[in-house]
Amino acid sequence: MRPLTGTGALSQELAPQLLPLEVEDLEYRVGGNSLIDRVGFRIRAGQRTVILGPNGAGKSLLLQLCHGLLQPTAGRILWGGMAVAAAQRWQAMMFQRPVLLRRSAAANIAYALSVRGIRRAARPALVAAGLERVGLAHLAARPARTLSGGEQQRLALARAWVLEPRVLLLDEPAAHLDPAATYDLERLIDAMHAVGTKIIMTTHDLGQARRVADEILFFSRGRLLEHAPAAEFFARPRSEEAAAFIEGRLFRGAESAISR
Amino acid sequence: MIEIGAAFSTAIELMLHLDHDLGEIVLLSLTISLVGTAAAALCGLPLGAAAALYRFPGRGAVLVMLNAMMGLPPVVVGLVIYLLVSRAGPLGSFGLLFTPTAMVVAQAVLVLPIVTALTQQIVADLAEEYDLQLRSLGTSRHRAMLTLLWDGRYQLFTVVLAGFGRAAAEVGAVIIVGGNINHYTRVMTTTIALETSKGDIPLALALSMILITLSLGVNVVALGVRGAARRYYG
Ligand SMILES: Nc1ncnc2c1ncn2[C@@H]1O[C@H](COP(=O)(O)OP(=O)(O)OP(=O)(O)O)[C@@H](O)[C@H]1O
Ligand SMILES: [Mg+2]
Repeated sequence: MRPLTGTGALSQELAPQLLPLEVEDLEYRVGGNSLIDRVGFRIRAGQRTVILGPNGAGKSLLLQLCHGLLQPTAGRILWGGMAVAAAQRWQAMMFQRPVLLRRSAAANIAYALSVRGIRRAARPALVAAGLERVGLAHLAARPARTLSGGEQQRLALARAWVLEPRVLLLDEPAAHLDPAATYDLERLIDAMHAVGTKIIMTTHDLGQARRVADEILFFSRGRLLEHAPAAEFFARPRSEEAAAFIEGRLFRGAESAISR
Repeated sequence: MIEIGAAFSTAIELMLHLDHDLGEIVLLSLTISLVGTAAAALCGLPLGAAAALYRFPGRGAVLVMLNAMMGLPPVVVGLVIYLLVSRAGPLGSFGLLFTPTAMVVAQAVLVLPIVTALTQQIVADLAEEYDLQLRSLGTSRHRAMLTLLWDGRYQLFTVVLAGFGRAAAEVGAVIIVGGNINHYTRVMTTTIALETSKGDIPLALALSMILITLSLGVNVVALGVRGAARRYYG
């Protein structure tokens, strides 16, 4: 992937080394419930990390904690030895529910660039490249919030992409995407991974996890149950929960709970 | 009955012929209410946004006060400003009593709590929605305030319109600080109040119809803006 800006403002050689991501004894409690329960792991550079787990496992909370949007109740998080707050500006996050400003699609991307200090003159080209990259060029002028769910997700992805982050945090990025857009998303992830962007992604979709992941972190009810290379995780899950999840038993369990 | 009918037709004649006195009164009314509302908006929008985004001691009390002040009785505001600007008052040396300036101040004071309190609510709701995203991008607090004001622009515009409606329809404050002086501080509401008691019903009727049309117009515009905003910006 060619570098986008060349302005220096976002260029990668200025970025500090953010990896490994080290998490120790991390806890996030709300009203007596441990939503993240004594979690510890170490994530290295050069691997696509996928966080897997059923609904309510704490995947979104974990991403938000690591991105510095939530304060842990206990424990610590270090990005290449750096505090979370200092590391944030080299990261971009795509949320499970995209939050788009009440402006045009193009203006949403331009806004992110402006906040990150990209000169006004440099923005239009980057905005166009971002929209082009996710196939939304024809919708540049549309108010962002009138876009379809999948289009909104693609716009959020473009907004993260133009920031040229060192670390890209993706929370269920394919939730509303059709197969073609999902394919495009995975190619974009590959391309960013290839230029050294650290990918950390959550998903429910086992197929996607198999395609994208180099390593898996499996969560259930706020606890990290497994941390293993993807091939090993899928071939020989060590926990009963993970085995059930892979076979889809948890999913059927949840479904029958609803129909009951 | 006949008298009312005659008064109506005279009133309509006054409007159709763009009666000079009538025009003067309407123009002064609009000017005073527009300037008063603009001043209130200029202060109230940033104040409301700041109250929504910044934490400070006594914030809860300030918000309760603001909401309570939305229903401030105009005559009380009029009286307080009267006391402040009257010859013996602390601001007496400026000679503002019975001037359009005093009326602008009175209306601004009436509208300010409305604009501030409603802005606070709108910006707080929007902030909740945008919070994670803006923090993820690294938006500063100050920048976030401008962003939220801009993204709330349609709703905030209807707030300012509502403030203008209140200012234009209000009589208690402007009659006390303005004094209803002919060709100088007579506005629609004060004229209606005083001419009715003096018996000039046609003028009062004409002004009432204009006032109601204005209020309808303000509401139609507000509805239109709200509808368009919902269609385009969700
Ligand atoms: N502010 C909060 N107060 C109380 N409970 C919360 C709060 N935020 C999240 N939770 C709970 O914490 C749990 C984990 O939430 P989280 O959003 O991280 O789940 P998730 O793994 O991302 O699930 P999904 O796959 O559905 O997105 C859920 O049970 C959720 O209800
Ligand atoms: Mg989630």
